[in-house]
Amino acid sequence: MKEILTVGFFIGLLSATLRMATPLILATLGETFCERAGILNLGIEGTMLFGALAAFLTTYFTGNLWLGIIAAIISGILFGLLMGVFSVSLGLSQHVSGLGITLLATGLSLFTYRQIIGSPKVPPTIQTFKTLSIPGLSSIPILGPILFDQYILTYIAIILVPIASYVLFKTRFGLSLRAVGENPEAADAVGINVFKTRYIALMIAGGLMGFAGSFFTLAHFNMFLYGMVGGRGWVSIALVIFANWNPTKVLWGALLFGGVDALQLRLQAIGFNIPYQLFLIMPYLLTIIVLILVARNASYPGSLLKPYRRE
Amino acid sequence: MRFPKFRLEKRPSPPTWLRIAIPFIAIGISFLFSAIIILLAGRNPISAFYAIFYGALGTRLGFMETLVKATPLILTGIAVSLAFTAKFWNIGAEGQLYAGALAATWLGISHFSLPSPIYIFLMIVVGFIAGSLWALIPGFLKARFKVDDVVTTLLMNYIMIYMVSAILEGPWRDPVTSWPQSIMIAKNAEYPKLFARSRVHFGLIVSIIAIIVVYVIIKHTKLGFRIRATGANAKAAYFLGINTIKTIILTAVISGGIAGLAGVGEVAGLHFHLTENISPGYGYSGIVIAMLGGLHPIGVMLAAFFFGIIITGAEYMSRATGVTSFIADVIQGITLLVMLAMLLLYEYRIRRVE
Repeated sequence: MKEILTVGFFIGLLSATLRMATPLILATLGETFCERAGILNLGIEGTMLFGALAAFLTTYFTGNLWLGIIAAIISGILFGLLMGVFSVSLGLSQHVSGLGITLLATGLSLFTYRQIIGSPKVPPTIQTFKTLSIPGLSSIPILGPILFDQYILTYIAIILVPIASYVLFKTRFGLSLRAVGENPEAADAVGINVFKTRYIALMIAGGLMGFAGSFFTLAHFNMFLYGMVGGRGWVSIALVIFANWNPTKVLWGALLFGGVDALQLRLQAIGFNIPYQLFLIMPYLLTIIVLILVARNASYPGSLLKPYRRE
Repeated sequence: MRFPKFRLEKRPSPPTWLRIAIPFIAIGISFLFSAIIILLAGRNPISAFYAIFYGALGTRLGFMETLVKATPLILTGIAVSLAFTAKFWNIGAEGQLYAGALAATWLGISHFSLPSPIYIFLMIVVGFIAGSLWALIPGFLKARFKVDDVVTTLLMNYIMIYMVSAILEGPWRDPVTSWPQSIMIAKNAEYPKLFARSRVHFGLIVSIIAIIVVYVIIKHTKLGFRIRATGANAKAAYFLGINTIKTIILTAVISGGIAGLAGVGEVAGLHFHLTENISPGYGYSGIVIAMLGGLHPIGVMLAAFFFGIIITGAEYMSRATGVTSFIADVIQGITLLVMLAMLLLYEYRIRRVE
């Protein structure tokens, strides 16, 4: 128990919190965009895994991490477009379309990895991102190592929060996006192209989900593992509800869950006389409890799950 | 030059033959898409598909293995199908399967000296109850607190699988091999074999009984009417005086219980002990099977048999052609999406606008 009550432990924990929150921030911001436009994208889990794979393979063959990120984002946009074909153009069940995309993207990830890499005894690895200490700021005691000694992906994720908030609430495009999510008939009547807006929202969402996936292979681990996303896409779906479809609150939600993730990893490492799996369960359990607490007051976008067809 | 314009028009009454034809068309189109993916991998799709069907149906052994794989798939398929009929989005069949397997193993490794039929009956009962309880939680949360069922059922899969893992690496760890797997269940708790020189077991009978029971519930009982009404329009059902909360909870319990039976079968009929990976995703395959089967019990049975072929054949194909067996997962994803798109043909027809 003594290990827990040191300053070092807390600095390590809070620093890891921010790190573990990174993919959650990115994916949840993405999901917020498409849900604000009226589309629940359950393709999130598969899109993240495929993003992780696309990033890994691209970096593995080119040696360039940024190309890896671009590949992840493009793959996410493509899955977003596919979701658009099913949920926007064809107006089919968003639940089943999204699950189909997750199954397809997951299957494609496993298939592609095995077909290209095979199953060697030692899985191939890449040189990942190093943490980036911001000169000056990172030497501030306590705050420095927590906030300013992170992966560049973490900084990008945090900067994207106010940007997403600005786009969603302060721009014409954001207004249109929210309008098609609340009341597509009315939006259509004032000349907003509902289909185009929803497609763009899905592409932004998919790109962010793919980007989120790249964190796993390019920073968190240095290899591709089949179960590496591990339900964080589903946690993100819950986080959107928790955050009431508001990017700023997404940040706090992601930090809360990242914190639990970081805490359980540390508690595992300390080695209590409890099975480590019980720690692994904590983030999932917390997600369900939080959902119970917020479900009653959740104000879903008005046309979420409802396909729009022009009469 | 002007392009002809088309629009969707609701069909007044969709013909039955179309309902039967659509899954077959969907399978055909899915094969086409899968062929493209195999081509992109630099392999020959014709020989890959031939190997799948030869591996699954071409030999007695292959055919028997197809039935072995179809056994849990029928159960998860009908479990999901029943839940979806009530629009209870049970994506948790995987966790419910493990709950059933866990409970059955607990009974089986206790090595009671009971007559085999009674022991097997008890295995089925505890497996059903365990799956039911695991589905009751999200069912209750949805019905009572409007908590999103997709997310809760999904997250509970992870919780159950970690719990199984904790138990197998802890108290139930095999003391001889020290692998994370339980000891063997009692001989008198094992499902009997149906055919000599095969692994086909009593679970197949359980699956077929489940299909019949669900068919009767849906078509011929008041509960079935309530389930269909709740699924078609929960608000309207509520104003008709149907207790939709009770209906959803009951649906969840039956659905979860049936998925639990899939876990019982894998333990009592096939592996005779519990491991961390007794299911390679049968619960998720159940979603594809339910949709391909058109949420109809007979359709579900045929769809489960079809995916039994794909999963069994893919293993053979991977050895024979070098295309990895993960193509089975790709085919499942594609089939779900194609089948979903095909349903549009059932509800609408394409009309040319003059």
